[in-house]
Amino acid sequence: MKTSRRDFLAAAGAVAAEGQLRGQDSTHDHEHQAVPSDPTLRVKALESLLVEKGLVDPAALDALIDTYEHKVGPRNGAKVVARAWTDPDYKARLLSDAGPAIAEMGLGSAAGEHMVVVENAPKVHNLVVCTLCSCYPWTVLGLPPVWYKSTAYRSRAVIDPRGVLREFGLELPEDVEVRVWDSTAELRYLVLPERPAGTGALSEAELAELVTRDAMVGVAKVAVPAAGGKP
Amino acid sequence: MNGVHDLGGMHGMGPIRHEKNEPVFHERWEGRMYAINRALGAWHKWNLDAWRHDIELLPPSDYLRMSYYEKWLAAMENRVVKYGLVTKEEWESGKPAANSTKATPAFSSAQADVLTRGIPSSKDPSVVPLFRVGELVRARNINPEGHTRLPRYARGKTGEIVRDHGVYAFPDSNAQFRGEKRQHVYSVRFRARELWGEAASPRDSVHLDMWDDYLEHA
Repeated sequence: MKTSRRDFLAAAGAVAAEGQLRGQDSTHDHEHQAVPSDPTLRVKALESLLVEKGLVDPAALDALIDTYEHKVGPRNGAKVVARAWTDPDYKARLLSDAGPAIAEMGLGSAAGEHMVVVENAPKVHNLVVCTLCSCYPWTVLGLPPVWYKSTAYRSRAVIDPRGVLREFGLELPEDVEVRVWDSTAELRYLVLPERPAGTGALSEAELAELVTRDAMVGVAKVAVPAAGGKP
Repeated sequence: MNGVHDLGGMHGMGPIRHEKNEPVFHERWEGRMYAINRALGAWHKWNLDAWRHDIELLPPSDYLRMSYYEKWLAAMENRVVKYGLVTKEEWESGKPAANSTKATPAFSSAQADVLTRGIPSSKDPSVVPLFRVGELVRARNINPEGHTRLPRYARGKTGEIVRDHGVYAFPDSNAQFRGEKRQHVYSVRFRARELWGEAASPRDSVHLDMWDDYLEHA
């Protein structure tokens, strides 16, 4: 008997529904999910057809997932920030033409993203958003968190940035200028946060440990480390 | 298009949910979806602008309800047939056609370390900028039915050019495969009060990156 993809998904759906009737609601426990979710089945069906047609190599998919789960992420951006905090020449290069300066750190390539770094100061705070989709500087921050991609953040960051920051626990005084960067083209933005006071004795590597993803998107400041100089 | 994806300035989308120690992918299928998308991009059947527009074309209620990777999945299910990677019959049956020859994947494991595809831009001096840094400009009041990267909230508003980013393909034409129409892109600074009225802070501003064709002299 020839089974079509729709029959396959419908049958799987029926099994899932039956499971729920018996009180095995799979949404309650993702770890021990007895019935695969609809997207799980659909992605499987898609991948299986593409692999059979030779359009994708499953090993390449594994390698890509490994890259984004283990090799890319905000630690890359944190190294750039720590270098800028400790090397004024580097900081000047980073602010005037970020791409080559980031590539100097062994990140990205000449063909990578077009980066712009914007600097926070005592009276200037920068915030990055993409209202039209979810553009984000993957090379230095990895893939974006769910909140960055949410309709809540995308809708409000431009009209009420101070309210958004307050929701993240950051209350800015009236005399601080807020600059929002809506990533509408192929430029990708990274915020250079202020170096916290009392970190003069820290090494570049120790400073990098303090820098968070949220601070590099602009929804937080870099926290002052506890007494003793260590985070 | 004036779609629900154009979210800037909308109200009622609820609180921002910040998750501590968020994983890169919440479910295994999200990672597979992410990777399938990258690997299929290597066939060059579409460009990034067309890719974005496919997501914008999802029904508005689906767009608002679906998670980020669910949108990728729904758009890709349409895309693989639309751009001829698989036939409608193959999609329905889930199996390659009997007479089809197996391809060699365009994306290999060796490419998995190359972080981004890279969007071509240039400092091509033959493409003359229509505006200069420091100049006052107005975002044109256009309402194209196709893809555009000019959000509604900036249309008709006046700002100042603060930086020339160089030359890039124009999304509105590129998304429709009607040519790259390469032109300058600028960072344009709009005062928050120009965009949102007197309730906004007099100090605050929003910067948008805008192509020549989105702008006119103010």
